[in-house]
Amino acid sequence: MGAIRLEKVKKTFGTLDVIPGVDLDINDGEFVVFVGPSGCGKSTLLRLIAGLEDVTDGKILINGTDVANEAPAKRGLSMVFQSYALYPHMTVYNNIAFGLKMAGESKDVIDEKVQSAAKILNLTDYLERRPGALSGGQRQRVAIGRAIVRNPAAFLFDEPLSNLDAALRVNMRLEITGLHQELKTTMIYVTHDQVEAMTMADKIVVLQAGRVEQVGKPMDLYSNPANKFVAGFIGSPKMNFLGGDIAAKHDCHEIGVRPEHLAVSTDGGEIAATVKIAEHLGAETYLHVEADGLGPMTVRATGEVDLGENDRIFLTPEQDRIHRFDQHGLTLSGA
Amino acid sequence: MSTRASTLTGRIMSAPSIIVLFLWMAVPLGMTIYFSFLRYNLLSPGMEEWIGTLNYEFFLTDPAFFASLANTLLLVGSVLIITVVGGILLGLMLDQPIFGRGILRLLVIAPFFIMPTVNALVWKNLLMDPVSGMFAWIASLFGLPAIDWFTNAPLTSIIIMVSWQWLPFAVLILLTALQSLDRDQKEAAQMDGAGPVSIFFYITLPHLSRAITVVVLIETIFLLTVFAEIFVTTGGGPGLATTNIAFLVYTQALLQFDVGGASAGGIVAVVLANIVAIFLIRLIGKNLDN
Amino acid sequence: MENKQTPLGYVSFSVFAWIVGLLIFFPIFWMVLTSFKSELEAISIPPSFISFDWTLENYVEVQERSNYFKFAMNSVILAVGSTLVGLVFAVTCAWAMAFNPTKRTKDALLWMLSTKMMPPVGVLVPIYLLFRDWGLLDTRFGLIMVLFLMNLPIMVWMLYTYFKEIPTDILEAARMDGATLPKEIIFVLLPMAVPGIASTMLLNIILAWNEAFWTLNLTTSDAAPLTAFIASYSSPEGLFWAKLSAASTLAVAPILVIGWFSQKQLVRGLTFGAVK
Repeated sequence: MGAIRLEKVKKTFGTLDVIPGVDLDINDGEFVVFVGPSGCGKSTLLRLIAGLEDVTDGKILINGTDVANEAPAKRGLSMVFQSYALYPHMTVYNNIAFGLKMAGESKDVIDEKVQSAAKILNLTDYLERRPGALSGGQRQRVAIGRAIVRNPAAFLFDEPLSNLDAALRVNMRLEITGLHQELKTTMIYVTHDQVEAMTMADKIVVLQAGRVEQVGKPMDLYSNPANKFVAGFIGSPKMNFLGGDIAAKHDCHEIGVRPEHLAVSTDGGEIAATVKIAEHLGAETYLHVEADGLGPMTVRATGEVDLGENDRIFLTPEQDRIHRFDQHGLTLSGA
Repeated sequence: MSTRASTLTGRIMSAPSIIVLFLWMAVPLGMTIYFSFLRYNLLSPGMEEWIGTLNYEFFLTDPAFFASLANTLLLVGSVLIITVVGGILLGLMLDQPIFGRGILRLLVIAPFFIMPTVNALVWKNLLMDPVSGMFAWIASLFGLPAIDWFTNAPLTSIIIMVSWQWLPFAVLILLTALQSLDRDQKEAAQMDGAGPVSIFFYITLPHLSRAITVVVLIETIFLLTVFAEIFVTTGGGPGLATTNIAFLVYTQALLQFDVGGASAGGIVAVVLANIVAIFLIRLIGKNLDN
Repeated sequence: MENKQTPLGYVSFSVFAWIVGLLIFFPIFWMVLTSFKSELEAISIPPSFISFDWTLENYVEVQERSNYFKFAMNSVILAVGSTLVGLVFAVTCAWAMAFNPTKRTKDALLWMLSTKMMPPVGVLVPIYLLFRDWGLLDTRFGLIMVLFLMNLPIMVWMLYTYFKEIPTDILEAARMDGATLPKEIIFVLLPMAVPGIASTMLLNIILAWNEAFWTLNLTTSDAAPLTAFIASYSSPEGLFWAKLSAASTLAVAPILVIGWFSQKQLVRGLTFGAVK
């Protein structure tokens, strides 16, 4: 169906190296998420795969064939855009049918495919409406429907949930994951939100400045980040980075401790700190503290913890969860 | 959206327009520059000869040039002041709730769509005629003597006509800009204790500054070349009283057939227009980046 | 400020505003009114506002004596012709510039704009001579070309700003859906751009209809449009106010209607998108 392989894919705009050279293997049926801060080249990489941009150099193999110089439509991929990019002057039905019409399918085939896609996506009642008359979530589903009917080798998603409100985003996340389980088609999903990456992906590709920082399963990236960037990017709230004496004690340049891997005590511990702000979320509490001699840190404590401004506390990292980094930000093996 | 194929298609598809415009502007302009260095009169064909900058010397030292330059500046300046001030006032007026505002707005902008020759003749005859015109009758109601507009105040008459035509343009643009003013800003200022006058000077006017600049620049470009209104009413007279640069070039070229002199005048007009155009193009260019 | 108005304030301000508006509109009103008077009543003092013998005679005579429809026909042909020619050039050019921009696109756009700022007198002499030598003086074809070229920058700019508002995503979606370039333009771009194209055409028709430099200088009779026809009333022997008014009313009426319909888009077209 859809195995995609990138070989030394390179993209320059003028003198600017947006993608200096990426190698990547995406297996058939995999849900791969490209994640990274804005401007890291993740969308550009997706557009290169889609064929909306020319590669400057390198190969893009879909099921073994190099498509780097093929027109987008010839690659057998479909794409869901951030803005949904629905045709505003066409009904939902015609939006979904457009690709099939362009491919010259017969009316009956088109109707059958559109109806079945509409059924999967709960759009049957809306087929005669225009996109303007739909809610954000419904538009999103139309965009997905348009992608499904073409029976592509792979789906490409470009930040599809960023225009939705928080509650709807969680819903659509589940829907897309469900869709993947049902269709078992390769999906490449671009997002800047590491939560989406963690929850949806089979495989996460972390990008920064056009470079692949690390590729792996979500929990692998969480537990064994290859470098300081990945360690800081994956996980929320962000990992605390500590230098100086405490790092020297662990025989490295800098250590990283996740907020959830710090034990809180009022009696004693490794690091003394003053609480600045306590955010009580109910199930858990985020403590923003000023550690003596180390600067600001974030701690994730239980929901019931009764601490407030200016309380003195002590923090102790779980020893086997400490990440050690050298002066280049690379992870040192062995704790 | 930049693949090699689409960039190429883009080039091919924008080429025709760019080429025809280039031919339309650059070629005649080059010819005008060339003619401006020749002794070239249509009445004595075959006598053309290179005379260097003599045409420019004649044109620029001709009293008619100074008169027409002064007229041009007076015309442009007066119309700008009238239309911008009037445009702001009318814009503010039309931004208020008024009974039948939509229709009122149509009436106010109507003059802009009147063709210049109609505008000129309606004003000259129906309104400004010293015997049977509307203004003469209104003056007589107050026991005043009728003004013979085109004899005694010819340039003023042209200014009034042209202002009437361009006022709606200023109103349209300033009103559009006014309507894009954030209501919250006005309300915040009211909360801060600003009265209507302070709101106008501290909030509204700064917000309008960009639109005012656009009005001034675009009107200037068109007003520098006012032609039809003069052509059908005064013919540039009496004497040179209403001759502007555009009209002067026209008389030299098509009435005196002095191609060389007219070309030199044309180039002078181009230079004057370009001084304004540079500012306008910069302004619009900046806008393109956003 | 709006929320604090009293009913009395609203009424008195409305009355004031309407008086101002009617004063501005008065010359047009007076022209229309005069067109229904006899020549004698047209110049009578005091002027008659309502109590005169309404007549259509002027309209009939304008046609009979001066072949009004020939000029009107020329105006229509010049305005529509130059607009259609311009549209073909401008749509392709604006499409390319909006959706396939290169580094030089911005410069090209500004350069096009700058040609619009060239005073026509700067090129009057060579254009006149070339037209004379090529036999284009007083021909509709020649004038259509001039009007088309004169307004081409505005058309390109207007369409460019409209096309810019169409998200590139949608065209890319069409491309992913397998649409070829012509299909992408016909099925996706043009339907979405219909309002923009329509207002561009209307503005161009208005500008071409009212153009009064080239039409006065490059025509004498055969290709002369209404601008030139009205100008012929400026000579003393042409001074018949009622007929002048009737001819003028006919000349401005269609454009006034079009102008009223397209007033909103006009701002964008005339300011090159600098004011929205």
